[in-house]
Amino acid sequence: MTAPVRIVDTTLRDGSHAMAHRFTEQHVRDTVRALDSAGVSLVEVSHGDGLGGSTFNYGFSLVDEAALIAAAVDEARQARIAVLLLPGLGTVTDLRAAADLGAGAVRIATHCTEADVSVQHFTAARDLGLETVGFLMLSHMSEPEALAKQARIMADAGCQCVYVVDSAGALILEDASDRVAAIVAELGDDAQVGYHGHQNLSFGVANSVLAHRAGARQIDGSLVALGAGAGNSPTEVLAATFDRLGVETGVDKDVLMDAAENVVKPFITRLPVMDRSSIVQGFGGVYSSFLLHAERAAERYGVPAHEILYRVGERRYVGGQEDMIIDIALELVAARGDAVGA
Amino acid sequence: MAAIVGPGNIGTDLLAKLQRSELVDVRYMVGVDPASEGLARAEALGVEASAGGVDWLLARDATPDLVFDATSAKAHLAAAPRYAEAGIRAVDLTPAATGPFTCPVVNLQEHLDVPNVNMITCGGQATIPIVHAVSSVTAVPYAEIVASVSSRSAGPGTRANIDEFTETTGRGLEVVGGAERGKAIIIINPMDPPMIMRDTVFCAIDPDADRTAIARSIHDTVRRVQEYVPGYTVKAEPQFDDPRPDWNGHARVGVFLEVAGGGDYLPAYAGNLDIMTAAAARVGELMAERLLEKKAVHA
Repeated sequence: MTAPVRIVDTTLRDGSHAMAHRFTEQHVRDTVRALDSAGVSLVEVSHGDGLGGSTFNYGFSLVDEAALIAAAVDEARQARIAVLLLPGLGTVTDLRAAADLGAGAVRIATHCTEADVSVQHFTAARDLGLETVGFLMLSHMSEPEALAKQARIMADAGCQCVYVVDSAGALILEDASDRVAAIVAELGDDAQVGYHGHQNLSFGVANSVLAHRAGARQIDGSLVALGAGAGNSPTEVLAATFDRLGVETGVDKDVLMDAAENVVKPFITRLPVMDRSSIVQGFGGVYSSFLLHAERAAERYGVPAHEILYRVGERRYVGGQEDMIIDIALELVAARGDAVGA
Repeated sequence: MAAIVGPGNIGTDLLAKLQRSELVDVRYMVGVDPASEGLARAEALGVEASAGGVDWLLARDATPDLVFDATSAKAHLAAAPRYAEAGIRAVDLTPAATGPFTCPVVNLQEHLDVPNVNMITCGGQATIPIVHAVSSVTAVPYAEIVASVSSRSAGPGTRANIDEFTETTGRGLEVVGGAERGKAIIIINPMDPPMIMRDTVFCAIDPDADRTAIARSIHDTVRRVQEYVPGYTVKAEPQFDDPRPDWNGHARVGVFLEVAGGGDYLPAYAGNLDIMTAAAARVGELMAERLLEKKAVHA
């Protein structure tokens, strides 16, 4: 019999990027209620860059994330509410505050080669009694064996499920499943493995299926694909696909499709799309949430967003270095010979 | 006369810088591990080195006037009262922060006579001068910095307690930089060849603030930091942005810095470590100058 898979929804976290962090309490309440009734057992709610992400560099939240987390906790009947934390940005203090609001899980994200910065936060999370998940971001930048060693660091620190996170939507088929398989081999029964896909090159769902076959037991999705770059693997498509494959998910695909159509689509300000900039992100291995920031810098400085993103890829900037987008835009302006005025 | 406690990368780089000083004479390098390469290197440079720790140092016939502590917060907390008791001034490069936060171009003059000064963090040394440059022209309700450092220059101490960096730096932006609220972010980038330290400073300002005066103040400050960190540069003119809907009515100034190290012992990309040792050396020099003045008066 095929092993079951847990579908985890990140509409209200990764989707925050696509919404320029403008979620309202009503968006959160309606979405959590729908996901909860569909049987989704883990629902992530945070600023797109995690706890403490409301900043100049990543964009300020319209509504304080504490209010959004509290609203999500209030609506959830069976689902557990997860928060995202990026060490170096969010802190243990932020995590405690989220736990006090009723968050039951934390997903702690580091660049795929820097897992050791998360040990402090996993330790705190376990002390707080939270379910723990680890995110190895921009996983395409590490080979499978190297990635597995980083997964080991997280598991030893108390992480219960380590994710291959395709932050750039750059993994194509075996790129994803080989990484999952290497981590499964390393961790054995010590922790589960998960997969988080983006649609920049349109492989989100296909990679998720291969990841499951390689042993991943948790798969991320977003309703209507709402997420950074060209969006995430759509939760409703994952549910329908695994259903067709006879893989038990525990979620109701029809309720999810209804949620996508009638709850989320009406409030989306910009439907996720594979446009030139997001395809460049997938091709060049660029962190998906750089998209809106590159578009904004493009408008401010009159240089093409996709050129900025190509350069970001060449420089191998990692998640969190959104400030370097402005830096590159200024370089492009300087190269053009214009004076960079105030 | 001075001692360096902690013969690791920071202590070794600091020694290289202080050996060029005419005012600070480093006589001792102190560690706890007899096998330490840093102790051997110091000895080869003609510095008396011992793995006997603080006990050894305090048992010298000639104790130093000044000690640079490049150990750990825990070790410094234990040693600080002993230095104070022995009348030894301490420049603390650890996150212990028993003494006041000190940034040479901002507030060193206020702290030249205190027994123990703390060097905040690398990101703090790189960015607090800029926040102060802005806040000395106009009110800064909020300052935010992003420090990007190369993976190879982020040591095990930083990695084990990265919150200490973000929280201490954020507080430094307020207490020393003059922002009402400070927020610090650190990003570790593994690219190879390693990226040179980058720091970006964003300050919320009044939309009608005098942008010319702010830009001038920033450039003046950069020149003053360059006196002790020659590789400290702005990559572009300060960027002023008009208020956006999510900025609470504020405009923003953004400053894009690069910090290349002097390449004394640490490689040039490790500007984050260099700016700490350079700032500490600067503090040491000015403290030594003050001590020598006092001795001259008493003589």
